[in-house]
Amino acid sequence: MRQPDITLRRLGVALAAPLLLFAAACAPQEDSTATDSTSDSGSPSESASDTTAADPCATDSLPTLTPGTLTVGTDSPAYDPWFRNNDPSNGKGYESAVAYAVADRLGFSADQVTWVKVPFNSSYKPGAKDFDFDINQISITPERAQVVDFSDGYYQASQAVIALKGSAAAGATSLADLQGLKLGAQTGTTSLTAIRDVIKPSEDPAVFPNTNAAKQALLNGQVDAILADLPTAFYIVAVEIPKGTIVGQFQPTSGEQEEFGMLFEKGSPLVPCVDQALQSLKDDGTLAGIEKQWLSDTVNVPVLQ
Amino acid sequence: MTTPDPAAWEPSDRELERRAVRRRMALRSRLIATLAVGAFLAVTLGAILASPGWPRVQETFFSWEHARDSFGEIWKGFWRYNVVIFLIAEPLILVLGLGLAVARQARSPWLTPVRGLAVVYTDLFRGVPTLLLVMLFGFGMPALQLQGVPNSGLFWAIVALVVSYAAYVAEVFRAGIESIHPSQLASADALGLSRGQAMRHVVVPQAVRRVIPPLLNDFVSLQKDTALVFVVGVLDAVWAAQDYGNYHFNYTPLVVVAVFFVVLTIPLARLTDWLQRRMAERERAGQR
Repeated sequence: MRQPDITLRRLGVALAAPLLLFAAACAPQEDSTATDSTSDSGSPSESASDTTAADPCATDSLPTLTPGTLTVGTDSPAYDPWFRNNDPSNGKGYESAVAYAVADRLGFSADQVTWVKVPFNSSYKPGAKDFDFDINQISITPERAQVVDFSDGYYQASQAVIALKGSAAAGATSLADLQGLKLGAQTGTTSLTAIRDVIKPSEDPAVFPNTNAAKQALLNGQVDAILADLPTAFYIVAVEIPKGTIVGQFQPTSGEQEEFGMLFEKGSPLVPCVDQALQSLKDDGTLAGIEKQWLSDTVNVPVLQ
Repeated sequence: MTTPDPAAWEPSDRELERRAVRRRMALRSRLIATLAVGAFLAVTLGAILASPGWPRVQETFFSWEHARDSFGEIWKGFWRYNVVIFLIAEPLILVLGLGLAVARQARSPWLTPVRGLAVVYTDLFRGVPTLLLVMLFGFGMPALQLQGVPNSGLFWAIVALVVSYAAYVAEVFRAGIESIHPSQLASADALGLSRGQAMRHVVVPQAVRRVIPPLLNDFVSLQKDTALVFVVGVLDAVWAAQDYGNYHFNYTPLVVVAVFFVVLTIPLARLTDWLQRRMAERERAGQR
């Protein structure tokens, strides 16, 4: 009869020991998170009042992740034409150039910019981010803006349909012509939503983890056509799939212009400063120049209705 | 000799005291156990719920609206792909796995190449990560553009799962076969059975019964690995959940899909328990 008594007592001790450890391990964590969240949720005006500088966007007073450094995130691999040679830090490619231009306007030199790899599906995870902003062809939607903050748009995107030359899909002249085909796109993209909501094909679209898988499936004939944003589509048919062709372009949501924005932690005080920098890049034509340098001219692509 | 009348027996004072002590001790340990469990839950839940990030976590992982909105796609992907792939692949895996295990036991010198192939097969396909096999088969085979070879990524993904899991299952069967005592083979020999007959009627039936629990492990593992078909663009339940999350910036669907798999696994575990109990009873032929 005494046996169960002893085991229960041991159990009590066994339970209590990790309990105490757990409680002890938790305490500092809570403290640090608490201070983090108060400093993060501070509005720009608050953080400005902390410093003597009048301009909240002065380089020295910018509350970046690492003071004196701008940490920028993007996915890996970093695809052309947004980046070049899978190296965001070379300043080549549209998004890399835009990031460096924004950094320049914020007062950071090129060697004060560091890049971190942020897989797309972890860019919106809750809690503190390990980047100041993430630039990764992320479309701004109202729903996403509830979870993260976006800068103003830095590129107006439209969706493009890519098929192999001579295929039935390549002959499509309207969105209705695409309905009977097997279509595919990358997960979580507005391209995929455009297939589901705008084209509404009879067969469920294939959903690929990245553009490479989508391209491979197109080459294998496992899908008839794939969708991507127009600059990506240009690069695919120009370099990666020479026997591919752009069937046409369209807007994913009718009547609305889709835009790419930089992604920030919710409540980041950097947003107004980056918006200000973007605005100045737009006003003096720098942004248009970067677009002309890195992205193809899109006027010759037929618009699908 | 008369047996003492049980009704006439009265516990002594000492016995009563013993009982009282036992009762007190039992009560005390129950009390401590309750307190310990209560304190454990209170501290754990309290630490989670009071943590500064909890509202964000609740919104991101346990949002009712997102669970509801993503449910349809997950449900569809689950029955249409995960369950169907499992039901197609599992019988094939069992047949192929058992075949490999038996091939490895072959003792005839004529069958040396067969034995060698079985060894190479297991070494190779058990060593390559299943994800890579799905990729290599799913994209590689259609890229060969051979006549009469299916082009479907899903078809080749299932082939990859069968090829990979057969290697694991073959080793499980082999362990079962080798665990059968040599006296069984000797007895079969004495009864005039050939080696093939001994395998068929004596060794394999006993081996299969022994390896049912580890086989269940592989079953459950396969159930979850059906999600690897995402590589070729098939929208199974897990991929549907991730896809929803990637577009809507919310992880709740991942929790939803986890529940789907747990709910599928538990009945399978009970079924296997029951199967094994039934087999054990038959083996004992009514003896206890």
